[in-house]
Amino acid sequence: MAVYDALLELADDHLILGHRLSEWCGHAPMLEEDLAMPNMGLDLIGTARTLYDHAGKLEGKGRSEDDLAYLRDEREYRNCLLVERPNEDFAHTMLRQFYFAAFMRPFWLAALNSTDVVVRGVAGKAEKEMAYHIRHAGEWVIRLGDGTEESAARMRDAVEALHIYVDELFDSSDDARIAEAAGVLPRRADLRGAWDRTVAEVFSEALLEQPRAAYAQRGGRQGIHNETLGHLLAEMQVIHRAHPGARW
Amino acid sequence: MYSQGLIGADNRTEETPEFLARFQKRIDAEEKIEPKDEMPEGYRRTLVRQIGQHAHSEIVGMLPEGNWITRAPSLRRKAALLAKVQDEGGHGLYLYSAAETLGVSREEMTEELLSGKAKYSSIFNYPTLSWADMGTIGWLVDGAAIMNQIPLCRCSFGPYARAMIRVCKEESFHQRQGYEIVMTLAQGTPAQKAMAQDSLNRWWWPSLMMFGPHDADSQHSDQSMAWKIKRFTNDELRQKFIDATVPQAEFLGLTIPDPDLKWNEEKGGYDHGPIDWDEFWRVVKGHGPMAKDRIKARKKAWDDGAWVREAALAHAEKRRARKIAAE
Repeated sequence: MAVYDALLELADDHLILGHRLSEWCGHAPMLEEDLAMPNMGLDLIGTARTLYDHAGKLEGKGRSEDDLAYLRDEREYRNCLLVERPNEDFAHTMLRQFYFAAFMRPFWLAALNSTDVVVRGVAGKAEKEMAYHIRHAGEWVIRLGDGTEESAARMRDAVEALHIYVDELFDSSDDARIAEAAGVLPRRADLRGAWDRTVAEVFSEALLEQPRAAYAQRGGRQGIHNETLGHLLAEMQVIHRAHPGARW
Repeated sequence: MYSQGLIGADNRTEETPEFLARFQKRIDAEEKIEPKDEMPEGYRRTLVRQIGQHAHSEIVGMLPEGNWITRAPSLRRKAALLAKVQDEGGHGLYLYSAAETLGVSREEMTEELLSGKAKYSSIFNYPTLSWADMGTIGWLVDGAAIMNQIPLCRCSFGPYARAMIRVCKEESFHQRQGYEIVMTLAQGTPAQKAMAQDSLNRWWWPSLMMFGPHDADSQHSDQSMAWKIKRFTNDELRQKFIDATVPQAEFLGLTIPDPDLKWNEEKGGYDHGPIDWDEFWRVVKGHGPMAKDRIKARKKAWDDGAWVREAALAHAEKRRARKIAAE
């Protein structure tokens, strides 16, 4: 079941971050971002759906993508902590997106050689999407970091708030390790160099310092989340759970 | 989404009779009027007002449906709803651009929306109270919008007509998607079916009101018809909408909440009961149940985003200065 669990971790990352982006829809700082954020959210939710579907098939208990998304509690969710962090403001949202995409792009590029045909298929689509997310979110990190005094201060606050969640991206759970050994997923620790380069390049233009975390927060892969995830799931799952067995 | 009940347009115009006759001749010959062409001031003002109201309706219209994105009951529905609300934003963007060709900026239009000076379709001042509303809005509200908008693809003003062609294609997709949501509910559990009926009960009359007042009470129709901004009267379009929608409700096994609704063989269409025009005018005048909340939400997004827009401008300015310094 290790591969199933490892795919679930990955799917949860994508669904939760996609959900967070969707919370912005209709409330963005400008109309162009009201289009861009749902676009990125749709990419992530699309990837999550394929991964849930695939994981459900590997599990072999007949669970659908919706069973996996809507009928697990927060202790069963396996996403990393970064993606569940609240939107806060546009600076936090764009930095979170940039950090995640800067990790996922090399991840999917490496996954193009996966031994699993579905993962290879997802990788082919997702690496292009992540390149776009890096560009879009990275440009905002630069604009805000080198914009006004206020925007630079907000960007620094976002860096301060989010950098403690970065290291967890590179951790592989026991399940992920098995999937990695089988060649299904790339080794997370190997992606650090690529991530550092992408971030260093954008931060230098954004006039931002990349701090070293005094202590990295971890726990998502074991289902030990921050308190905000339960609220996100309560909202996301309420209608589905209120009508057990209904078709939508 | 859009209501053809153009609110408070001022068609008055002060050009010479010769100028107006020359302009009318182009309209009658079905020529498209383009942004740089000469046009009567009243024509320009009517279009700025109408396209602006239409754009604002798309933007405010993101809110009632946006209310359900985070609660959509399946991943497929979640993705489709997110994409749909994004489409509405896209329509807003084309329409603001079409209005900008007439010499008014998006910022000016936005400020008019936020100050309450500019109107938007009243339908969005009703609350979305269940998942079924995501279906009903697509089916009825987008359905009514399509009735209004198909003729606008032939509107005499070129940029508006062209924007409407793409908008109509997307709206027609939304309408079918909404109908499919309601159909799934109508064929679902008793609770889902009750949810669908309740939603139809709440949205039916406001949807009929989207076509605006009866022709006899509509002040601005005549001039807009002559200028071919508008091609059919409010009552004609409302009738078309009812005649198309009643069989769809019957197919779903849902009941239209109008005891007076009956087929009229002679006119080949349905007769309907009286519309509550007091409610219509109350909502148009800003007393809709969600009117204050909608503008508050738009204002909050605009105000909270001010620092982002300022930063983007400041950064662009720095880049420009650096480029000049490097040359």
